[in-house]
Amino acid sequence: MLLVVEQFLNGLQLGLLLFLLAAGLTLVFGIMDLVNLAHGSLYMMGAYFAATFVAWTGSFLGGIALALGATLLLGIVLEFVALRHLYGRDHLDHVLATFGLILFFNDAVRLIWGPAGLALPLPPWLTVPIQIVPGVFYPAYRLAIIVVALAVALMLYLVVMRTRLGMLIRAGASNREMIGALGINIKLLYTLVFGLGAALAGLAGLMQAPILTVQIGMGENILILAFVIIVIGGIGSIRGAFVASILVGMIDTLGRAFLPDLLRKILSSAAASTAAPALSSMLIYLLMAIVLVVRPEGLFPANRR
Amino acid sequence: MADPLLRVENLVRRFGGIVATDNLSLDIAKGELHAIIGPNGAGKTTLISQLTGQLSPSAGTIHFAGRDVTQLPAWRRSTLGLARSFQITSLLPDFTAADNVALAAQAHDGHSFYFWGQARKEKHLRDAALSALTRVGLDHRADVVVSRLSHGEQRELELAVALATKPQLLLLDEPMAGLGSTESTRMVKLLQELRREVTIVLVEHDMEAVFALADRISVLVYGRVIASGSPAEIRGNEEVKRAYLGDQHVVTRHG
Amino acid sequence: MTASLNARNVAAALIVAGLLLLPLYAQLSGNMFVLTLFTRIVIFALAAVSLNLIMGYGGMMSFGHAAYLGIGGYAVGILAAEGIGSGFVQWPVALVTSALFALVIGALSLRTRGVYFIMITLAFAQMAYYVAAGLARYGGDDGLTIYKRSDFAGLINLSGRVQFYYLCTGCLFGGIYLVWRIVNSRFGLVVQGLRSNEQRMQAIGFPATRYRLVCFVIAGTMCGLAGALLANNTDFVSPAVMYWTRSGDLMVMVILGGMGSLFGPVVGAIVYLLLEELLSQVTEYWALIMGPLLLLIVLFGRGGIMGLLGRLHRG
Repeated sequence: MLLVVEQFLNGLQLGLLLFLLAAGLTLVFGIMDLVNLAHGSLYMMGAYFAATFVAWTGSFLGGIALALGATLLLGIVLEFVALRHLYGRDHLDHVLATFGLILFFNDAVRLIWGPAGLALPLPPWLTVPIQIVPGVFYPAYRLAIIVVALAVALMLYLVVMRTRLGMLIRAGASNREMIGALGINIKLLYTLVFGLGAALAGLAGLMQAPILTVQIGMGENILILAFVIIVIGGIGSIRGAFVASILVGMIDTLGRAFLPDLLRKILSSAAASTAAPALSSMLIYLLMAIVLVVRPEGLFPANRR
Repeated sequence: MADPLLRVENLVRRFGGIVATDNLSLDIAKGELHAIIGPNGAGKTTLISQLTGQLSPSAGTIHFAGRDVTQLPAWRRSTLGLARSFQITSLLPDFTAADNVALAAQAHDGHSFYFWGQARKEKHLRDAALSALTRVGLDHRADVVVSRLSHGEQRELELAVALATKPQLLLLDEPMAGLGSTESTRMVKLLQELRREVTIVLVEHDMEAVFALADRISVLVYGRVIASGSPAEIRGNEEVKRAYLGDQHVVTRHG
Repeated sequence: MTASLNARNVAAALIVAGLLLLPLYAQLSGNMFVLTLFTRIVIFALAAVSLNLIMGYGGMMSFGHAAYLGIGGYAVGILAAEGIGSGFVQWPVALVTSALFALVIGALSLRTRGVYFIMITLAFAQMAYYVAAGLARYGGDDGLTIYKRSDFAGLINLSGRVQFYYLCTGCLFGGIYLVWRIVNSRFGLVVQGLRSNEQRMQAIGFPATRYRLVCFVIAGTMCGLAGALLANNTDFVSPAVMYWTRSGDLMVMVILGGMGSLFGPVVGAIVYLLLEELLSQVTEYWALIMGPLLLLIVLFGRGGIMGLLGRLHRG
């Protein structure tokens, strides 16, 4: 029972982190029609910035605030230098160009920080276990991730649904020409949206940094999860991204935690321990396959708002 | 009267809150040239797309040659003998004119899971393509890539492609759209010849052409057939005059 | 028009001659490394040729093509590890497994278009990657060493460097010839027509998905062969061969060389892998140059190298 609660929270935490990443990806795709593979690189850069700035300033919160700003800035520069020239081009062009950017970022990181990973130690006040229900303790930092990510998700929802910027974003996702007709400075809007997406990716990366090692290529695996989420949720839909993120986070975490035991009940122990790792890593792809069969457009297609 | 070739019953198509086809029923008799006219936004293209299977209706049935085709995909309907031309020219732009037509012939010559022989050297396919191109007067442009054909030539090619599928029923969505007056005259002449061989449903804005060609005319307004009859009947119909021909006269006067 | 075709044909002829004569050069100059390098290049060229069939001719932008390299490789590796060394068993198994994987993945992915298709093929290939990494019995993450190359009962000795090189080159030329036949066949015209205008093709009576799916399976099978060759070449197979960056490499080769041209992917593979080799000799951080280079190619180099050769004579 304790394990179930804990794994449930782990799943929620992974899901929310994935949402931060997927939200940026789906916004950029929905509005600029840009497929950005280098989104995972921004996640990685967020983590590297955090590890560096925390070490420099000696302050955890100060460091991650700087890192967040740095990722935002990096996103804006990246949009300005490279990606804005790709708007309106073929999706294939996007894939290739941003694939090139990934190669670039990985080697740039290797050049600057070296091939070995970095660690981002937590301050003592974040390492205490917190009792959430009687008898169940959960690390404060992981709890903090959940709270922050939920707050950001809520903020994002409010921005998209309640503000003028959000109105433009929604208008842009469903009708690109309309924004132009409204006389809005599209270039600025695009840069802002891209920066926002970059900051969200960076936030996900830097929050993940103390839990995992900060290393080259850390953004790539999680980027593919974000793709799976977007496919499941429906391209361009924030709501779809949220639902699918939580779904994927839960299924992946719970599957890895409990599938081996379940398998042992039906299969021989040896067969179960061979099959379990492979099978549990397949679960979310199976989920994607099922969604594809039932609803090829994803759960919440953006154009059917 | 014998069973109609195409029978549409109580067809409904909604897009969100908009009803584009509103409980529409229509019979097309074998051998006739049936024109469908109506103001812009009357739902003509939506109707054609449902008949050929690019769009599925929200309700209602479509029978073709005595068979319920409502649920069949576009390619199946084509194999049954339903062909269409598109309002906005829709060809294979990077293929030659002959290739476009030969592929249509190939589609109706058994399956295409042949991986080895050179399809462009299959004489009967090329011959079929050439004869369809000759029908529309494009034989001299057979080896030109579609994207280099003029707009008028592309409209004619649309027709040749449809013909090459050896259709029983030809659905033509504004074949004269964007044509100059000489090209239009040629197209009308061509349709006059074709109507002897194949049943045609013609959606067209060019009233002169419609009244010259049609055996029967149905008038579509807001997704509904408000009148159906011979050209003379339609001309005399008060409701049609009010709903449609009224503003058309204004346009004609300007033109 | 004929001039441009000639420029391309000359390039193609030069490639064929060059690849055929390469072992001679290696022997004469004593530079055997060039043979090792080109064996690898030729294998990847075969993979790129197969990708070009679906991407260039079929318009299906698969971002998961490296999965078949792994599947073909693991078929050889796992059978070898289980004591089945005969190539007459290993290779057919490699091809059939790749075909089956392509059939399942294709049937699911082809329900979608565009970006969805790119992402889904990517995700399924990544799934294959994780499954391979989970195969603890066969090395898991660390990969599987193949102690003995596929045995063809003395017909051909895969351990002979020159023999193996010619086997790979033969497979490559065979693959190109097959693609050429397919592209000009009834089937090939349908697939290319679907790339050009799917709605039109459906309207004249072609069921789109089944033709696309068969094309997808052919390409996957061909790439599975490249996987079997690659595993024999490196005497090793690991999940890394199907990591998504490998799929990206294959895409780059196809586009760099020129999508939808017969020899384009070969040119792309040669240029990309040579560039990688040269840059990595100059600097450890070769991707720092390669990355932005890709960006520039996308921004300014339309149609790839073969397209450039075409324009050279037309303009």
